[in-house]
Amino acid sequence: MNKWFSIIINDNFCKGCAICVEICPKDVLAMSKDANPSGYLLAQVIEPQKCIGCMECELHCPDLAIEVISLKDATISTRK
Amino acid sequence: MQQFLQGNEACALGAIQAGCRFYAGYPITPSSEIMEKMAEELPKVDGVFVQMEDEIASIGAVIGAAWAGAKAMTATSGPGLTLMLENIGYAIMTETPCVIVDVQRAGPSTGQATKPASSDIMQVRWGASGDYEIIALSPWSVTEMYEMTIQAFNFAETYRIPVFLLADEVLGHLRESTRLHQNIPIIQRPEKTDLPPFGNYADNCATPMPLFGQGRKLSVTGSTHDEWGYRLTQSPSAQARLINRLCNKIRQDLDKISLFETYFLEEDTEILVIAYGFTARGAFTAVKTASQKEAKIGFIRLKTLWPFPEKIFSNLPKAISKIVVPEMNQGQVVREIQRFTNCQVIPYNKTDGTVISAKEILEKVNDIK
Amino acid sequence: MILNKYLRPEVFPTPFCPGCGHGILLQAVLRAIDELSLDINKMVFVSGIGCAAWIPSPHFAADTLHTTHGRPIAFATGIKLFNPSLKVVVISGDGDISAIGGNHLIHAARRNLEITVICANNSIYGMTGGQVGPTTPMRAKTATTPQGNPEPSFDLCGLVRGAGASCIARATVHHTRELIKYIKKAFTHQGFSFIDVISPCFTQFGRRNKEISGASPAEMILNLKKLCVHVKSSDELFTFKQNDKILIGEFVK
Repeated sequence: MNKWFSIIINDNFCKGCAICVEICPKDVLAMSKDANPSGYLLAQVIEPQKCIGCMECELHCPDLAIEVISLKDATISTRK
Repeated sequence: MQQFLQGNEACALGAIQAGCRFYAGYPITPSSEIMEKMAEELPKVDGVFVQMEDEIASIGAVIGAAWAGAKAMTATSGPGLTLMLENIGYAIMTETPCVIVDVQRAGPSTGQATKPASSDIMQVRWGASGDYEIIALSPWSVTEMYEMTIQAFNFAETYRIPVFLLADEVLGHLRESTRLHQNIPIIQRPEKTDLPPFGNYADNCATPMPLFGQGRKLSVTGSTHDEWGYRLTQSPSAQARLINRLCNKIRQDLDKISLFETYFLEEDTEILVIAYGFTARGAFTAVKTASQKEAKIGFIRLKTLWPFPEKIFSNLPKAISKIVVPEMNQGQVVREIQRFTNCQVIPYNKTDGTVISAKEILEKVNDIK
Repeated sequence: MILNKYLRPEVFPTPFCPGCGHGILLQAVLRAIDELSLDINKMVFVSGIGCAAWIPSPHFAADTLHTTHGRPIAFATGIKLFNPSLKVVVISGDGDISAIGGNHLIHAARRNLEITVICANNSIYGMTGGQVGPTTPMRAKTATTPQGNPEPSFDLCGLVRGAGASCIARATVHHTRELIKYIKKAFTHQGFSFIDVISPCFTQFGRRNKEISGASPAEMILNLKKLCVHVKSSDELFTFKQNDKILIGEFVK
């Protein structure tokens, strides 16, 4: 299966609240054991291929630290 | 232009002449005629009038309108002013130009709503929280209700500060022949500015007032901030720097702001009467009468109460040994005078809700001679 | 990120606690602006004092007026009346808007003043340390009701309807797509619009009330799904709670 979406997490903004991890319907995200310079344990993408691009993580991130990028257009163009 | 006008009406006409295009207020005796006149006059000049739900909202709307580009004003009396004080502190902190008219009445609390007093002098000086300088003017005639309202707007625009006009019930309701000068210079707000919105720290002064809706992305906050409006709630230097500038922008211009008039003052003057507001009318008559009877007496009228015109004391005639200060309060401005002179300062206070007559002041002067 | 053009990047990360609902509301407001293609240079964001007041100020790259506690609607009234071409949006907390500023709320609604008021309702005074507010549920524990809140809470949607508001909605930061939809509707409404946004505060409320909030900020946000019921008819919106469920939905006159 092609990878349709890429999830970017801004380590400087993330405060490790885990809302994204809990809200993701496909368990794409998990909490890491690494802390950012402010001491927060960060969210990380563990299974990007499972992402369905529902945007729930991005919409629910209180720190504007997540961006879901659709790779769909790029994929279509390569198919052409 | 000569007209027979009431003090409160003249104040409203002065505001319109000064370019005031927004008024928000709440009814309170003895200031309500200002609001009523503004309700009548503002629509004629495409201005906006709104009667708000209370005094807190009134000054809030005035500050909001000022940031939307208006020269804005409200008028009230002592108890209403008390409600406004927190937002007046906000206007000081955010350097919002506006004019607040206080038609003073006998207090504390509801007191005697239709009787005059001069008892809000310290309320306007120190009422809001924190440290600051303020400008307060004190008219003595209906003509000055008009002229000083214009002056108040000019100071507000120049220094980006709320300016108080401290009238009282008698002056507000007095009707007399009034000259409405049409050619008093008016300070206009710039249409656009690119300078930092919150002050020039090199010269310790205010920068021109910017306004909303011009794409400047203004960040206005009552919290401690830098010249761009960024909140700095932890930095000692940011707090010190801001408060120093807010005070110094006024202190360094005392010559232009702290106005007074001298009458009958000679080299050999022994007794000085200092008065302001409506009381100054009685004081003037008393001193004039006494000096005609060859008493060595002079008179100074304070036009500006804050910042206090301390320059008065820098070159007073050496012969002056006694200063009489009549006031419609228990002694507010008299304490400022005591701070600046070694002369014997004699207060004459009256707080029965009636004005101080020339006769009373003359008797007091004769008593101490 | 598409929202970057509306933000002041230098002020991030936000000062909000981990998992604070206000950040979700922050981006919902900007997404509504983006989806409507509004010119943010012709908008003014007015806020009072408290955590919610920091949503627009300083995060939004727009004209922002961070006013005194409870008074943003009064300031907004002056701005809107003097320059009606500006879109004026008040974003502030439940204590700010409905306790100390309740008078201004009902009078702006009565005037049907064309502003949008977004109440970030976390049902507690967050910034000052978690004291009870007029929106705190009965029996909930707060710093000033350690034995449980003895007072009933305010239905803000019902309040503003009584006062004359013409566009009213209640949403939560869990139901983000609806929230954005309601904000868009409010922004395009001609007249007074009000949105009561349930935005959980784990630090001050959740920590003290884990039996209703859950054990973490994430659980508290997810729990909103179970706690809320969509109203069937818009009139139902004007009861804040029904069988301990929060009613969400919209009402436009």
